[in-house]
Amino acid sequence: MEGNLNLTLKIWRQKNTQTAGKFETYQVSGISTDMSFLEMIDVLNNRLIEEGDDPVAFDHDCREGICGMCSMYINGRPHGPNRGVTTCQLHMRSFKDGETITVEPWRASAFPVIKDLVVNRSAFDRIIAAGGFISVNTGNAQDANNLPINKDNADDAFAAAACIGCGACVAACKNASAMLFTSAKISQLALLPQGQIEAATRAQAMVAQMDEEGFGACSNTGACEAECPKGISIENIARMNREYFSATFSSK
Amino acid sequence: MTKIDAKIPDGNLAEKWTKFKSSVPLVNPSNKRNLEIIVIGSGLAGSSAAASLAELGYKVKVFCFQDSPRRAHSIAAQGGINASKNYQNDGDSVYRLFYDTIKGGDYRSREANVHRLAEVSGSIIDQCVAQGVPFAREYGGLLSNRSFGGTQVQRTFYAAGQTGQQLLLGAYSALQRQVGMGNVKLYTRHEMQDVVTIDGKARGIIARDSVSGALERHFGHAVLLCTGGYGNVFYLSTNAMGSNVTAAWKAHKKGAFFANPCYTQIHPTCIPVSGDHQSKLTLMSESLRNDGRIWVPKKENDTRKANEIPEDERDYYLERRYPAFGNLVPRDIASRAAKERCDAGFGVGSSKMAVYLDYAAAIIRYGKGEANKHNMYSPTDEEIQSMGKAVVKEKYGNLFDMYKQITGEDPYAVPMRIYPAVHYTMGGLWVDYNLMTTVPGLYALGEANFSDHGANRLGASALMQGLADGYFVIPYTIGAYLAAEIRTPSMSTDSEDFVKAEKAVRDRLETLMNIKGSKPVDYFHKRLGKIMWDECGMARSEKGLKASIKEIQALQKEFWSDVKIPGEIDNLNPELEKAGRVADFLELGELMCIDALDRDESCGGHFRLEYQTEDGEALRDDVKYAYVAAWEYEKQSIFKLHKEELKYENIKIAQRSYK
Repeated sequence: MEGNLNLTLKIWRQKNTQTAGKFETYQVSGISTDMSFLEMIDVLNNRLIEEGDDPVAFDHDCREGICGMCSMYINGRPHGPNRGVTTCQLHMRSFKDGETITVEPWRASAFPVIKDLVVNRSAFDRIIAAGGFISVNTGNAQDANNLPINKDNADDAFAAAACIGCGACVAACKNASAMLFTSAKISQLALLPQGQIEAATRAQAMVAQMDEEGFGACSNTGACEAECPKGISIENIARMNREYFSATFSSK
Repeated sequence: MTKIDAKIPDGNLAEKWTKFKSSVPLVNPSNKRNLEIIVIGSGLAGSSAAASLAELGYKVKVFCFQDSPRRAHSIAAQGGINASKNYQNDGDSVYRLFYDTIKGGDYRSREANVHRLAEVSGSIIDQCVAQGVPFAREYGGLLSNRSFGGTQVQRTFYAAGQTGQQLLLGAYSALQRQVGMGNVKLYTRHEMQDVVTIDGKARGIIARDSVSGALERHFGHAVLLCTGGYGNVFYLSTNAMGSNVTAAWKAHKKGAFFANPCYTQIHPTCIPVSGDHQSKLTLMSESLRNDGRIWVPKKENDTRKANEIPEDERDYYLERRYPAFGNLVPRDIASRAAKERCDAGFGVGSSKMAVYLDYAAAIIRYGKGEANKHNMYSPTDEEIQSMGKAVVKEKYGNLFDMYKQITGEDPYAVPMRIYPAVHYTMGGLWVDYNLMTTVPGLYALGEANFSDHGANRLGASALMQGLADGYFVIPYTIGAYLAAEIRTPSMSTDSEDFVKAEKAVRDRLETLMNIKGSKPVDYFHKRLGKIMWDECGMARSEKGLKASIKEIQALQKEFWSDVKIPGEIDNLNPELEKAGRVADFLELGELMCIDALDRDESCGGHFRLEYQTEDGEALRDDVKYAYVAAWEYEKQSIFKLHKEELKYENIKIAQRSYK
C-alpha cells in the first residue's frame, strides 16, 4: 500500500459496440495522491486480472498530456475536475478519501463505444482528410525565411494548432458538436499566408464532412472551451463561421 | 558468413548524396501506380514517408496501433528540430552540423549517412513551414532559434515546448490529404505481427485488428518499418505506454540484423520517480538547459530546502566540470554527472535521487532585460520577477505547467527536481545507405534504424532524422529497389508463405492466451525493467551483464509458463497486446546485454565501469571497437555478430571533450 486514499469507482462497462453497457462498482484502496488517474485505473486492472476478471479497457498512450488518446468522462466532465489537463495529467491529489468517482466513455453518436471506455474517434481523421491541410507536396517549398509572418498571427495560429484531437469538446457539448475541433484547424491555416489560398474550399469541405459524420450544431454555450485541455478558444469557431460564410457567399 | 555492405556511394563526402540522387534508377509514374508500399507506424518517419511516397504515385498502406496516426509518440517531442540554416549568422554550416553529430555520437556513426542528414536538414524546415507548421518567430516575422546540448550555435527551430506535436501534425495533415485523395489506405488500431518474406524478399505483413482480433494478410512490394525505439524495454521510460519493439524484433527474427542494441540514451532532465505505482517518466525538455542552471548542495546529505541554501554553498557541477559547454553538455555526459553526484550522496528531494534545475537566475536576467526594453530605470524586485516570469512562461510555459501538474510544486518559485530517465534508443535495425535492412525490400526509418546518432544522439536531432528519412531520403533510395520490381505483379495473399506466417502468429497468440498463469504482464515487464536499469542502464559491468543475461533467460521461461492474460483473443484485449510486446522485449533485453558485454569500451550512452578515464569520462577503444555491431538472429538466445567497420575519412577521431 503506497497511499491512503480509499475510493469507490462506478465505471461504465460495455463488451463491444453491439452490446448494451452498464455501470459496475469497484472499491480501490491504498491509492497514493502522487498517482495519475490512469495509474489508479492500472492498480484496479491488475487486481481484476489477478482475480480473474476482465480489466477495464481505456485508451491511453503518451501519459504526458499531448497525444490526445486518453478520454475518460469523470464525474460528469471530460478529463475530470481540473481545467487544462488531460486524464493522464489528472492526479489523485485532486480527490478526497472516501469519494465516489463515476467514469464513463465520451458520449456522442459520432464516437461509438468500442469497449468500456474506448470510443471510435476516426471521424476526426476524416474531417482532417477532407481539407485540414495545405496542398504542398514534399520538395515544393521555398526557403522558410522567404515568408515572414506577423508574430501575432503566428502566435494565434500556434494557439489553435495546440489542439490534441482528444474529443473532449464533443463530449462536453450537449449537441456533441465538433465545431471547436474543426475550427481550430481551419483557423490555424487561415491565419497563415501559406494557408489562405485554400481557405474557402477548406472551410466548406471540412464543415461538410463534420456534418456528414453526425456531429451536432453549435449553440454557443462555451462548454467545449471550458473543458478543452489545451485551452482552444471559441474565437476559432467565430473565425471558422466567417471563413465558411464568406466561402459560401462567394462560391461560384 | 553474410557480408554486410553499407552501399555507401563513392566520391567526396559532400558530393555523395548529390551524385546518388542523379544516378539512382527511377520508376516512371505509370509503374509507380502498380507498386504497393506498406508503412508500419505513423510518427514523423512513417507519416512523412507515406505522404511523400503517395505524392509520387505509389500505392501506400499505413498501419498504426493507436486510434489515429496523430497519436504516434513523435507528438511528445518537446524542444526542437535542428537544421543548418545558419539564419543566426553564428557560424553554422552543413559541415558543422555533420561534425557536431559525429562528435556528439562519440565517433560511432556512419559519416556518409550523417552528412546526408545535415544536407537535407534545411529542406525539412522549408517543407514544414510550407505545410503551416507554426514555428516560433521573432517580431520581424522571421524564424526564431535556440541552442541545444553539444553545440555552440543556435540551430534549433521550435514551436514552444510542442515542436514534435506541430511537426507531426504537419506530416499527419500531409498524410490525411493523401488518404482523402485515395492514395493511402489507413489501418488504425492495427498492430503488425510479422513480416512475410517470399524467396528472401519482404512481400508483406500479418497484422492484427485490435478491435476484432482478426488477423489480416497484406501484400506490399516493399515494407517500411517506422516503428520508433525500444526504450520501453526498461519498463519506465519517457516513451508512450504502447511504444514497442515488436515490428523490429519480428523483422530481426526474419533475417534483419539488429545494430548496436546497447546504445540507449538516458535523458538527463526528467521528473524523478515518485513511487512503485509509476507507469512512465516525463521528460522536461533539454531546451530548459538553455536558461536553467543545474546544481546540488556542496554539503553531503543537505536537508535544507533549495531556497534556503546560499549561493556559495551550491555546486553547479556541470559548469564546474565542463566550463566550455556548461549546462549544455550532451545528454550522456549530463546524465552521468547527475548520477555521479547522487551516488556520492549529494542528491536532493525525498528520494535523494534528484538534482535541481533552477530558473531563479534566468527569471532575474529576463526581468532586467524587459525593464531595459520598456525604459524602466529603477524597477522593483517584484517588477523584475513578474516580467522575468512572463518571459520564461512564453518560452517554456507548457513545460512548467506539466511539472506542476505532476509534482504539485510551482517551478517558478522553487527549483525543479530532475533525474535521468531512459528516453531514446540509438540502436535499431541495421540499414544500408538506402535505409534497407539486410532483408531485401524491408526498410527501417527514423528511430527504428540505427544509422545516424552513433552512441549518443544530440538534442533536437531525432525529429530531424525522422523527417529527413521520410521526406527526403526514402523517396529517392526506394527507387534503387523498386525500379527492379516493376515486373512483379501484386501477389495473392493466399499463397503458402502468407498462410504459414498467419498460422504462426495465431499459434503464438493462442499459446499466450492458454498459459493461464498467475501474474499479469506488468509484473514481468517491471522485473525486466529493473534488471535492465540496474545492469544495462547508465553504468554497465562485465559481471553485472553476465548475471543479467542469465536472469533474463530465467525470466523468459517464467513468463512463458506463468503469465496470466484475461479476456478473449477475438475482442479488444489490451493485455494480450501488451503480452506480445513484453515477450519480444524479453528477447531484446537479452541481446542488449550481450551487445553491451561485447563492447569492451565506453562510448556515448554505453558506459562500462571498467573503461573510464581518471576523471570519470568515457574511455573509447577506437582500435578494437570502431565498428557497428550488427547482430544476426540464429535461434533462441543465439546471436551472431557481424561487424561493419566505421571509416572516418573526413573527421579526425579524437577523445570527446566539452571542457
